[in-house]
Amino acid sequence: MPINKGRSRFIFFCLAPAVILFVIFLIIPTIDVFRMSLYKWGGYTDNKTYVGFDNFSKLFQSDKFYQVFQNSILLIIVVTIITFAFALVFAGLLSRNKLRGRDFFRIIFYIPNILSVVVISAIFSAIYDPNNGLLNSILNLFRSAEDPTLWLGDQKIVIFSLAGAMIWQAVGYYMVMYMASMANIPESLYESADLEGASPIHQFFTITIPLIWTNIRTTLTFFIISTINMSFLFVTAMTGGGPDGATEVFLSYMYKEAYTNSSYGYGMAIGVVVFIFSFALAGILNAVTKREHLEY
Amino acid sequence: MKTSTLQKGSGSLFKTLSYLLLIALAVIIIIPVAWAFISSIKQDSEFYGSPWAMPEGIYLQNFADAWMKARMGDYMLNSVVLTAISIGLLLIIALPAAYVLARYKFKSNMIWNTMFMAGLFINVNYIVVPIFLMLNNGDKLARSVLGQPIFLNNIFLLAIVYTAMALPFTIYLLSGYFKSLSKEYEEAASVDGAGHFRTMVQVIMPMAKPAIITIILFNFLSFWNEYIVSMTLLTKPGFKTLPVGLMNLMAAQKSAVEYGQLYAGLVLVMLPTLILYIIVQKKLTQGMTMGGLKG
Repeated sequence: MPINKGRSRFIFFCLAPAVILFVIFLIIPTIDVFRMSLYKWGGYTDNKTYVGFDNFSKLFQSDKFYQVFQNSILLIIVVTIITFAFALVFAGLLSRNKLRGRDFFRIIFYIPNILSVVVISAIFSAIYDPNNGLLNSILNLFRSAEDPTLWLGDQKIVIFSLAGAMIWQAVGYYMVMYMASMANIPESLYESADLEGASPIHQFFTITIPLIWTNIRTTLTFFIISTINMSFLFVTAMTGGGPDGATEVFLSYMYKEAYTNSSYGYGMAIGVVVFIFSFALAGILNAVTKREHLEY
Repeated sequence: MKTSTLQKGSGSLFKTLSYLLLIALAVIIIIPVAWAFISSIKQDSEFYGSPWAMPEGIYLQNFADAWMKARMGDYMLNSVVLTAISIGLLLIIALPAAYVLARYKFKSNMIWNTMFMAGLFINVNYIVVPIFLMLNNGDKLARSVLGQPIFLNNIFLLAIVYTAMALPFTIYLLSGYFKSLSKEYEEAASVDGAGHFRTMVQVIMPMAKPAIITIILFNFLSFWNEYIVSMTLLTKPGFKTLPVGLMNLMAAQKSAVEYGQLYAGLVLVMLPTLILYIIVQKKLTQGMTMGGLKG
């Protein structure tokens, strides 16, 4: 039938370009990551030798990887907890009170989300500058200026400085998101809670949080995965993994091994471990945060 | 909110406290951005004084230096071309695919849908090195056949990579929108004798305008701000994009102290996104809740 032939030809031409690009630039490279992790392949030679899981056993025996693991986990925990606490509280404040300037605040809080991570990193590098940065200049009001804090130079502090920039970037986005879901909670619930004399803080924990719990759960899972990616972007632009590996995180370590050092096989093994780890973490979180679903 | 008389006192206290917290957060977000703008018109000598000092004058030489000496002008052009091509390609490729996936029933439909959904979980950071290697191998081949490399340091190819990266989310968002439209539009078009292609272009696309605008906004931001892929695939000096150029300025600033140039470069990178945001901020924050999460 000619009509049907035209139809399937139309479907083919609509779909083919997208499928081709998707396969070449997403599917094949993803398969490559897993495949290459089983090879020893270094430098610019074409000599690939199949080594099975050698790259992985080497990885799990390296002290460097444990440092990277620790840094990444610490960042994930600190950034997630603080970002979520701030985002939820501020979203609660903004949607519960009939405050003036709601739109104004929303516009301001969303700004970090539209800036490039490089821009944010450059700004925060300047803020953290030991001699003429904003942060030390504020702190110097309360102490002597002789011993400036090296926000990006001190191995013990630097990871928290990094976390600060990441939280600054993320809070607004999640806040706007929660405001949207809090807006769906019926006003009558709060009214009856008011009549019973429940304080706003009490209402926040007994009404607001339970009713948007599904949303919190989903965003939490996404946030963990995105923090693994974002920490790579921030580290690349801000600290380069230093000082002395104190801010090296999963993907920056992978990139360094695979691209800068050209040990492709080893680098891809890191990628595989991180990939599996992030999904396992998301799965665990999903199971742990499971609650009975509440309806409005 | 109705408050009983008993609660009125604590209610207004709570309100004041809320305002204070909100203003504090707004200040924390505004100050770094404003500070970068103010610093971009300061002379280098002014940076040794208090960081809170207002600029002595408007020193626009910083922008000229960043534009010419640090080549941010060239990089700006690269970024504009790259972003424009990527968005154009993305629309041409994603719109028909999403339309067909959302509104046509055929055998392999489920397979493609699932495939693109799975793509949502592949992050570019994991696969950027394999992509580099693939293009590098392509260049080796190109060198022996054509005598010159063609894949790396090629802005058009980078645009194709960007397009591919944006496909899963774009198709997901668009097909969600297409599914919400009534089937009657196609039926009416078919009665009028319009073919598949004409129905798509002249009937459905105009209705998808809000979704298309959302797509353009989000992808403009992500293409303009991206730097991991462009840093990896554009390695020659003249081919950098703006964010990568800014990273160079940051590195250069550590050895030769040229703060003014750095802040001017910074403003050049963020100004286009800020202007766009001011114009369309309502759309952007609404679009976010419409599209759900971004990866």
